[in-house]
Amino acid sequence: MLNGLFKSQLILGLAQAGVAALAAIAVMLLARRRHIHLERETLVALVRGLAQITIVGSILVLMLRGPRWTSVFILAAMTVAAAATSARRAKRIPGAFRVSLYAIAAGAGSVIALMTFAGAIDTAITALVPVGSMLIANAMNTNGLALDRFRSDVHAHVGHVEAALALGAAPEETVAPYVQAAYQASLIPAIDNLRSLGIVWIPGLMAGMVLSGSPPLYAAVYQFVVIAMIFAASGLTCLISTTLIRERAFSPAEQLLLRPDAAPAR
Amino acid sequence: MHFTSMAASASILRTEHLTRAVDGRRIVDDISIEVPRGDVLAIVGPSGAGKSSFLRLLNRLDEPTGGTSYVDGRDYREIPPRVLRRRLGMVMQTPFLFPGTVAENIRFGPRQHGETLDDEAIALLLEQVALPGFATRNVANLSGGEAQRVAFARCLANSPEVLLLDEPTSALDDVAKREIEALVRKIVEARRLTCLIVTHDSAQAARVAQRVMVIESGKLSRIGSLQEVLGAERTV
Repeated sequence: MLNGLFKSQLILGLAQAGVAALAAIAVMLLARRRHIHLERETLVALVRGLAQITIVGSILVLMLRGPRWTSVFILAAMTVAAAATSARRAKRIPGAFRVSLYAIAAGAGSVIALMTFAGAIDTAITALVPVGSMLIANAMNTNGLALDRFRSDVHAHVGHVEAALALGAAPEETVAPYVQAAYQASLIPAIDNLRSLGIVWIPGLMAGMVLSGSPPLYAAVYQFVVIAMIFAASGLTCLISTTLIRERAFSPAEQLLLRPDAAPAR
Repeated sequence: MHFTSMAASASILRTEHLTRAVDGRRIVDDISIEVPRGDVLAIVGPSGAGKSSFLRLLNRLDEPTGGTSYVDGRDYREIPPRVLRRRLGMVMQTPFLFPGTVAENIRFGPRQHGETLDDEAIALLLEQVALPGFATRNVANLSGGEAQRVAFARCLANSPEVLLLDEPTSALDDVAKREIEALVRKIVEARRLTCLIVTHDSAQAARVAQRVMVIESGKLSRIGSLQEVLGAERTV
C-alpha cells in the first residue's frame, strides 16, 4: 500500500517507520489500560532509535569507503554505547556501567576477534561492522537481562544472603544460586533463537544476503554461524558480568551492598 | 559513659562510641557498653529505636560510621569478617532457612570452613533444640517455631562464643515463644554462652536476661541489672 503512495525511497522509509512506530504506540496504550506505564520510556526509545539508526546509517555510508581498521573504532564506540544502555537498565547496581563495559568488550570483543581471525567474519568493513554490531547488541541485551535478574533475585532474598553471611559464608557462596539463575534466564532468548532458527524466523542477515545475490544455502549456513556467534558472545559477556557484579554486590568487609533500601548508584 | 565495672580482660565484647549514620541520620548513636563473658543482656526499646541496627553492627553485617567494637580486647575490624561472624553467631527474626533438609541447613556453617558435621553431631544439635529425628525433614514443611529452632541449631553448629538474637520470637505464637525462651536459657547455660537478645517486650527481657540495656532514638539510655533498669523481679 505504502509502495504505491510514495515514489521516493527515503520518504517511503519514513512512512514505513511511522507505521511501525504506530504499532509500538498502540501496544503501549494497551499496556496503559492495564496500568503498566511505559509511555515515556517507549516514546523516548522510539525517537532515539530512529534518530540513532539514521545518523549511524549516514556515518556508515561515509565510513564504508574508509580503510578497514576504522571498523575497530566503530565497534569500540558501539561497545561503549551498549554498556551505557545496559547500565541504565541496571542502574541500582553499583558500578553497572563499568561492569557492562568490561563484560561486553571482553565477551563480544573476543568472539569477534576470534571469528575474524578464523575467517568466519570477513575483515571488509561492510561485513565486520554489521556482524560485529549484532554480537555487541545481543551481548548488551543478555547482559542487561542478567544484571536485572541478579538484582531482583538478591533484593528478594536479602534475608537469606545475610543469614548465610552471618554463618560465616563467603560472599560469592551466598549469592551463588542467584548468579546461576541470572545466567540461565538471560541466555534463554539466545538459546531460543538457535533452536527456532529457520522455523520461526528467517533473520534479516540471511534475507539480505539472498536479496543481494548470495546462494541461499550459503546464506542459510552463514546465518547459523552468526546466531552461534551471538550465543557465544552473549554467554561469555554474561559470565563475565555476573562474576564482576557478584563482587561489587559486597563491601570489602563482606557486607551486602545490593539492598533494596540502598541509595541508587550514581 | 555506660561502662560496667568489669575489668576489660573479663569482657568478651566491648563497644566504644559505636555509631552508624545513614543519609545523615544516626541510627546507632555513640553506644559504649561492655559485656562480660557469660552475660545475658537484653536490648529493649521502642520499635525503630536502633536495637536491631546495633546488633547488626556487632557481627559487622553493617559497617559502623564511627567508633568500633572489641572482641576479647581486639578491634573487630582486624578480625576477618567470616571468623568474626562464626564467633558471634546470629539468629534473626525470620529463620531464613535455605531450601533443602534440616541437616543440610545445619551443615551449612561448618562447611564454609571445610568441616563436615557427621550424623551424630547433627542429632546432638537437634536434641539440644528439642527437634529429635528432624534431620531429614524438608524445611518447607516446618512450623514457624520448628523453623526457628533449626535456625538456632544452624547457628550453634558453628560453636559461637556469643549469641546475637534479633527478636527471635516476634514472629511466633505464645506457646512457641515460651518454648524458644526456655531453649535460649538452656543453651546459654549449658554452653556457657554470652548472649545479647533484642526484644521489644520487657517481660521477655525479664524472663531471659540478667541485664538490660535500653536504646532510644539510637542512643543508649540505660544499662544495668533487671531491677535497676526495669524495676522488676526476674520472673521465670
